Amino acid sequence: MKVILRNPRREVDVAGNRRVKEILRELDIIPETVLVICGDDLVTADQVVREGDTIELRPVMSGGGASS
Amino acid sequence: MKCRKCGEPAVLELRRHNAAFCAPDFLEFFRNQVREAIRKHRMFTRDETVLVAVSGGKDSLALWDVLIDDGYRTTGLYLDLGIFEYSVESKAKCEKFAAARGVPLTVSAVRDEVGAPVPVIKDVTRRPPCSGCGLSKRYLMNKVALEQGMLVVATGHNLDDEAATLFGSVMHWRTDALPRQSPALASTHPKLVRRVKPLYRLSERETAAFAFLRKIDYIVEECPFAKGATSITHKEILSRMEDASPGAKHNFLFGFLDRARPAFERAEAVVLNECARCGQVTTGTICAFCKLADQVKRRVVS
Repeated sequence: MKVILRNPRREVDVAGNRRVKEILRELDIIPETVLVICGDDLVTADQVVREGDTIELRPVMSGGGASS
Repeated sequence: MKCRKCGEPAVLELRRHNAAFCAPDFLEFFRNQVREAIRKHRMFTRDETVLVAVSGGKDSLALWDVLIDDGYRTTGLYLDLGIFEYSVESKAKCEKFAAARGVPLTVSAVRDEVGAPVPVIKDVTRRPPCSGCGLSKRYLMNKVALEQGMLVVATGHNLDDEAATLFGSVMHWRTDALPRQSPALASTHPKLVRRVKPLYRLSERETAAFAFLRKIDYIVEECPFAKGATSITHKEILSRMEDASPGAKHNFLFGFLDRARPAFERAEAVVLNECARCGQVTTGTICAFCKLADQVKRRVVS
């Protein structure tokens, strides 16, 4: 499957059908820091992403002098 | 994973609440948290016009969306920081949001008020960019609200923002900053408007999920100057703690607000004056914003 990451935008390939929580663990991403998006949907950590799917791990953290 | 309320498939798990929600029930949960914040802290009434400070990011646009849908009278305020393409894009997002909902948006440019945009201010002051930026934002929010006759400014600060600020204050024992950390800061001077944070009960991930599910077109890219900011480091530390112990951020912030904050409140009120230059509120003779503008003008002219 294709995994899209942001800041900076990049793509990585992950082989096989995998649960979201396994993908996050493999990429060393804290679940609390991203939304997991598949198409027009949010997916939860227990859901399986299939080999041919594309998911986006969208960061939720913003910072600096004031809120976004 | 099933929705706690209706049993349909969930789209978001909230570990700190030991719950998961489908999209409609999560949106209602989110709105109820905002309503509870407004009610508990008496942030504003339906008779007032709320100036909503928007940046084009998920938090402020999610807040504006909730307030509009709940029937509050609002005006958006976009502060143009002049941070290259980031500001161009974020301003466009705010204008598109306001136009689609038929609500007014005021734009104020830091360049016009200070004499230079944030990237130049950063070079002139040699301080972290977030420092001059934050100072300018707080000053201009208050100034625009007063000019437009509004008594309250709402910002999109969320639970993570507040927990990270508290963490930074505690790490340095800034005891003067602790009593000022509150979801609602009352007006303590006729020229100081009320400042409120209706999203303080909601995490950053929850506001991002709300914005996504509401199909709000927000700027996902980070401010180019936020990289390496201390507040980001503090958020990362707190997120690791949250991952290990769900609810850690909530307990840290709410425990402070409920039990520790009163201990840091001063017995005597801080004396506020009007700046001899601009007339806005300051604890000194000349406000920090006017000093910053002077510094910028000297350097830009020379």
